[in-house]
Amino acid sequence: MDVTTLTLTQLREALRRKEISSVEVTQAMLDRIVAADNEIQSYLTISDELALAQAAEADRRRAQGDDSPLLGVPVAIKDIICTKGIPTTAGSKILENFIPPYDAFVVEKLKDAGAVILGKTNTDEFAMGSSTENSAYVVTRNPWDKSRVPGGSSGGSAAAVAAHLAYAALGTDTGGSVRQPASFCGVVGLRPTYGRISRWGVIAFASSLDQVGTFGRTVADCTALFQVVAGYDRRDSTSLNVPVPDYEAALTGDIKGLRVGVPKEYFIEGIEPEVETAVRAAIAKLEELGAEIHEISLPHTRYALPAYYLIAPAEASANLGRYDGIRYGPRVPGKDMIDTVKQTRALFGPEVRRRIMLGTYALSAGYYDQYYGRALKVRTLIKNDFKTAFEKVDVIAAPVSPTTAFKIGERVNDPLSMYLADILTLPVNLSASCGLSVPCGFDSNGLPIGLQLIGDTLAEATILNVAYAYEQATSE
Amino acid sequence: MTQYEAVIGLEIHAELMTRSKMFCGCRVVDSVEAPPNTAVCPVCLGMPGMLPVINRQAVEYAMRVALALNCTIQHHNIFARKNYFYPDLPKAYQISQYELPLGVNGWLDIELDSGETKRIGIRRVHMEEDTGKLTHLEDGGSLVDYNRSGVPLLEIVSEPDIRSGEEARAYAMKVRQILRYLGVNSGDMEKGVFRVEPNISVRPAGSQILGTRTELKNLNSFRSLAEGTAYEIARQIAVLRDGGQVVQETRGWHEGRRETFTQRVKEEAEDYRYFPEPDLPPLEIDNAWIERVRAELPELPDAKIARYRAEYGLTEYDARVLAEERAVAEWFETAVSIGSDPKTIANWIINDLFRLMNEHKQSITEIRISPHNLVELIQLVSNQTINNNTAKEVLAEMFTTGQPAQTIVQSRGLAQISDETTLRNLINQILVNHPEEVIAYRNGKQQLRGWFVGQVMKATRGQANPALVNKLLTQLLNTPSDNTNT
Repeated sequence: MDVTTLTLTQLREALRRKEISSVEVTQAMLDRIVAADNEIQSYLTISDELALAQAAEADRRRAQGDDSPLLGVPVAIKDIICTKGIPTTAGSKILENFIPPYDAFVVEKLKDAGAVILGKTNTDEFAMGSSTENSAYVVTRNPWDKSRVPGGSSGGSAAAVAAHLAYAALGTDTGGSVRQPASFCGVVGLRPTYGRISRWGVIAFASSLDQVGTFGRTVADCTALFQVVAGYDRRDSTSLNVPVPDYEAALTGDIKGLRVGVPKEYFIEGIEPEVETAVRAAIAKLEELGAEIHEISLPHTRYALPAYYLIAPAEASANLGRYDGIRYGPRVPGKDMIDTVKQTRALFGPEVRRRIMLGTYALSAGYYDQYYGRALKVRTLIKNDFKTAFEKVDVIAAPVSPTTAFKIGERVNDPLSMYLADILTLPVNLSASCGLSVPCGFDSNGLPIGLQLIGDTLAEATILNVAYAYEQATSE
Repeated sequence: MTQYEAVIGLEIHAELMTRSKMFCGCRVVDSVEAPPNTAVCPVCLGMPGMLPVINRQAVEYAMRVALALNCTIQHHNIFARKNYFYPDLPKAYQISQYELPLGVNGWLDIELDSGETKRIGIRRVHMEEDTGKLTHLEDGGSLVDYNRSGVPLLEIVSEPDIRSGEEARAYAMKVRQILRYLGVNSGDMEKGVFRVEPNISVRPAGSQILGTRTELKNLNSFRSLAEGTAYEIARQIAVLRDGGQVVQETRGWHEGRRETFTQRVKEEAEDYRYFPEPDLPPLEIDNAWIERVRAELPELPDAKIARYRAEYGLTEYDARVLAEERAVAEWFETAVSIGSDPKTIANWIINDLFRLMNEHKQSITEIRISPHNLVELIQLVSNQTINNNTAKEVLAEMFTTGQPAQTIVQSRGLAQISDETTLRNLINQILVNHPEEVIAYRNGKQQLRGWFVGQVMKATRGQANPALVNKLLTQLLNTPSDNTNT
């Protein structure tokens, strides 16, 4: 048996039945990473020694009767999530070799659940990008076509899961950074409601939009990881103090009578016909499974992109001011204190600099009302769009991205075309809803296509169950 | 010649003496005394992924101040990021309040030298966090201490109602007094926990248009505040009289030369790019919370002064002196509650206790005498066990030894002699021993009476009850027959 081909759920059963030990699985995974990741480049750091120690500990716990939800299961973590004792770079030179003295909330949760941390996955620098090409370190390749990007910014995590280099992985989604790479890599990616998961220890890009998300090869795998990391945390004042339901038990596959909204604004000009065809076929499948299909309107969708590219850079411009080389991270010496800070900040890559400048401008005196202030008003309109829609329907079905995975280098010098890759995902981030991407076929190049399912505030169980029903009905 | 008037508004920054910092669990330590960077954590060091959590105690302290300054407390509070770069500000933004501050539209009455009362408007009271401290070394290097980073800080902004350096001082002192009464700030300007920055402009008297203002910094005493403000007013008037223009700038106060100097010229207003802090949801303060904090406010100085005058009949001066510090006022009130005449207690505190405290450089909280001890001493005087002069000696000894008055009086045999027979016999003996003086007195040399009192006191080592001595001397000196009946 090649254990690396198992799904997380299958592995969990095998571990429970003690057919295999966590040390064996972890070693197999580490071997596979060494063999295959040279080509994919999904990992920035492989924490092999720590992983094997965690695996041995998991096996000990298992022997003592422990059956924690992810006991002994090897997973990967996006390198923007702080891990105590393991370098955390946010894909940036400005945090090269930074080793946090603390774990993020989600990492604490993973450890409590007994998970084994294989390493840290590649990301666009500070999660700013849609292709993972903005990483300061390596270019991650799409496992389906290595000349193409895996999407981004959580491209490392998506590629690792797709290439069987981890059983599941954590990402972050500020404007689509979990769903879009999940779509490009043919895996399941969930972006929960803002506040469902504590952001404690997640390096901030845009604080009001950032949210940790989970990747799995199946809906059940994605859910199993989400089940563990969801929750309130008093250290994050924006996390929601709401009990965590049993998401795994909610995967019944029964969607009879469920109202599915199809927003006309999401089938825009520029969407690849093969993507539209696949998504519409998936929606037809949902109808076949007993769902009611309703055409709906989210009228302010087209303002989401400009609003997002004001709010996110504005917040980023403040969040990134702290990287000055004084307290942590590399320091590039200059002729005096201020010059040292300037030299150190030159470690930021071009996209990060672009967004710092955009955000600084948007917040400037005299421009605030025109840009940031107006973007906040648009955000309210977009929230209201969803609120109105969810009075009529239970979930919204749409494409994740207008295209399938594009070629490496194709858009990297054209920021606007890169930003368009997120045009269908970022409305979720601007609102209080949740969304996921579930594979719904391939284009003629054999590249995966994702179906986006959007749910109301804290309706993760609903969208996961719709995805599950679809997945069960379409898997061979 | 044009007459000018000054228009001054004060910005006061006061650290709050909470147990922990504004947004993390670090202790609030004395940032002058504590070893550098010993009260820090990833949150107040601005490390990646760290998030702020509002300190509820700091909010309550801030509410106390806002209420004591007669502000309206806003129910909906928004924190904002104030963005600027300096190495002592670890996140490169300060979490502050901008559009919706905690308290607005307050006021404070100050007493002017003329005896008049003037009301100074308070524009806003808002919460924020303090920065770290940077030390520049002679070799060009710089050191940074983040112990102070994230300490809760209150900004109190007055309306431009102040017209002179003396008014500025009176207002700042009164604010400090209230903060100390509320137990939220030590008021130590030298340590920088209470910082005052006046915004000063001048304009032709009667004009409604504001002149160009300068901001004054480095004022680490009330004297510097008054002098620096006065200096700056005079400087600006001189500039205008010379046909010049005041430049908008930040000026420093030079402690040695006692003059102001240019620190930083503001070409245009600093752009802090304020925006709502996305890491903190709005802080909602309901009426129940406001009323609970209001109910827990201590009686404030003005109310105490009024009550001391009305209830205890104290003079305004005495009332003011006793109410100056909350600890003194409470000491006084405890003594009164034990039971003695408030005026007598006030006299003892102001005339005698304060002198001893000054001599020994001790504050009321440090002294070994309790209010109960003082009341006992006063009772020994009123029941004529000791006289006033002896009591003062006893108080001094109480101060140094901490012993009760009774113990000292007994061990040193200081009790007053009030037994009539004893004194009568003693006086008769003196008269017998000094027949010439007796005859001289009876022949009209009245001034000898004092000499006889002196003889009695000498014989009793000052312990004779003076009133009784006087009464007996009158009797015995004026009735010659008694002389022979001894």
